[in-house]
Amino acid sequence: MTYSFDFSWIGEYLPVLLKGVGITVELILVGAFFGVALGTLCAWIRALGPLWLRPVVGAYVEMIRNTPFLIQLFFIFFGLPSLGFRMSELQAANLAMIVNLGAYSCEIIRAGIQATPRGQFEAGASLAMSPIQTFWHVVLIPSLQRIWPALSSQIVIVMLGSAAVSQIAAEDLTFAANFIQSRNFRAFEAYLVSTVIYLFLAIVLRQLLRGAGALLFAKRRAAQ
Amino acid sequence: MSLIEITEVRKSFGTNEVLKGINIDVDPGEVIAIIGKSGSGKSTLLRCINGLETIDSGSIAVAGAQLLPDELHLRALRLKIGMIFQSFNLFPHLTAGKNVMLSQMVVKKVPTADAEATARKMLDRVGLAHKFDAYPEELSGGQQQRVAIARALAMQPMALLCDEITSALDPELVNEVLAVVKELAAEGMTLLMVTHEMRFARDVCTRVVFMHQGRVHEIGAPQDVFGDPKTPELKQFLGLQAA
Ligand SMILES: Nc1ncnc2c1ncn2[C@@H]1O[C@H](COP(=O)(O)OP(=O)(O)OP(=O)(O)O)[C@@H](O)[C@H]1O
Ligand SMILES: [Mg+2]
Repeated sequence: MTYSFDFSWIGEYLPVLLKGVGITVELILVGAFFGVALGTLCAWIRALGPLWLRPVVGAYVEMIRNTPFLIQLFFIFFGLPSLGFRMSELQAANLAMIVNLGAYSCEIIRAGIQATPRGQFEAGASLAMSPIQTFWHVVLIPSLQRIWPALSSQIVIVMLGSAAVSQIAAEDLTFAANFIQSRNFRAFEAYLVSTVIYLFLAIVLRQLLRGAGALLFAKRRAAQ
Repeated sequence: MSLIEITEVRKSFGTNEVLKGINIDVDPGEVIAIIGKSGSGKSTLLRCINGLETIDSGSIAVAGAQLLPDELHLRALRLKIGMIFQSFNLFPHLTAGKNVMLSQMVVKKVPTADAEATARKMLDRVGLAHKFDAYPEELSGGQQQRVAIARALAMQPMALLCDEITSALDPELVNEVLAVVKELAAEGMTLLMVTHEMRFARDVCTRVVFMHQGRVHEIGAPQDVFGDPKTPELKQFLGLQAA
C-alpha cells in the first residue's frame, strides 16, 4: 500500500461541505417534524379515525413501506412533473422524506395509541371531552412516550437514508462528497470525512431526540 | 321530579342480555347503593347512564333530558353526570392539579386562572390541596381516587356515578375515599354507587338496589334491604357477604 492520505483539500472545499451539511440538517429537521406530524395524523386515522378513511391511509402506509425510498424520491421528482406538480430538488427531497417517515412513524405511533388503556378514553369521555379532545389532550402524549425510543430510531434511519436525495441532485452532504471526490479524485478522504460527519450528526440527533423526549414527557418530582 | 329516570332499560352484549328491563328513578340528593353478585349488570347499568354503553331499548333521562346516543347529546349528558372508576383513570402525564383543570379548560373553555382556582378548591375539598403538583404515579391509590373525585367535581355535575371506587384500594386506604364520598352525600350530592362496602351502604345510602341477573331484584331503604330481605337471592347474597 502506497496510498498517501491527503486532507489538504478540506479548506478549499469547506464551503461545499458546509452547505451539504446544512441541507442534510434542514432535510432531517423538516422531515422529522412534518413526518412525525403526518405519522401522528395517520396513526389517529388508522386507530380511531373515520372508518372510510382507514383503508386509504392503510394503502398509503403499505405502499411506502414496501417500495424503495429511492423510487419514491424519483417518482416525486421525475414522475409528478408529468402531472403538473413541478418542484425543486430540495422540495422534492423534503416531500419524499416527509412521506416516507410519515408512513413508518404512523405504524409506530399507532402501536402506542393502541396500547392506551381503555379507561383513559372513558375518563376523557366521562368528563364530556369529545373523542378528538380526548385523543389530543389525554391519549397522545403517553402514546408517544411509549414508543419514543422506536420513533427516535426511525427518525435516525430516515436521516441516514437522506443520502439518497443526492441522486436527484439535491445538494446534501452526500452530494457534496460526490462532488468533491469527482474534482480532486480523493474518494477515500472525501467519503471518510462525510462518514464522520454523518456519524456525528446521528449522535447529535439521537441526543436531541432524547432531550426532546425528556422535555415532552417530563415528570417533575413531587413538591412535598 | 326525578333527577335520573331509568325506564325499562335493556342491554345485550351479543346474545347475552345483561340488563333485562331496569326501572329506577333517582331523586336529587339521593344516595343509592347498587349491590349484587359479579356479572349481575351493575357496571353495565352505570355505564349506560353516562353513555359509555348504548342501550338497546328503554329510556334514560337526566334532569328531564333524554339520553340520545349522538355526540352532542352525550356530551350534554356528561356535563350533568360525572363518573368515577374503579381504576382511577387519572391522566398519567398530568399533575393532580392539571388533571382537575383539563376538562374545565378543554370542554368549558374556562380561563386557566379560574380553572386553577377551581382545581385548588376541589383538591382541597378531598384533602389534597398540597398535592396539586404531584403526578399520579407519586400518589397512593387512595390519593389518586380522591383526585379523580376532585376532577369529576370540577365539572360541577348534578350527580356522580361511582363504580366500585374502593375495590382497587388496599384496605387501609378505603376509608379516606369513603370519608370523601360521605361528605359529598352530606352536602346533598346525588350519588349512584356500585359498592361492596355494605356497612357504608347501610350507614350513608338513602336506598339500596339489589341487582340479580340483569334485573332490579329488590329495592328499598337500607334497613329494609339489609334488615328484612324478601327474596332468597338477596338473603343468600347478604349471607355470603357476611361470611
Ligand atoms: N363490553 C362487554 N362485552 C361483552 N360482554 C360484556 C361487556 N361488558 C360486560 N359484559 C358482560 O355483561 C355481564 C355483566 O357485566 P357487569 O360488568 O355489568 O357486571 P357487574 O355486576 O359489574 O360485575 P362485577 O361485580 O364483577 O363488576 C357479564 O356477564 C359480562 O361478561
Ligand atoms: Mg362491575
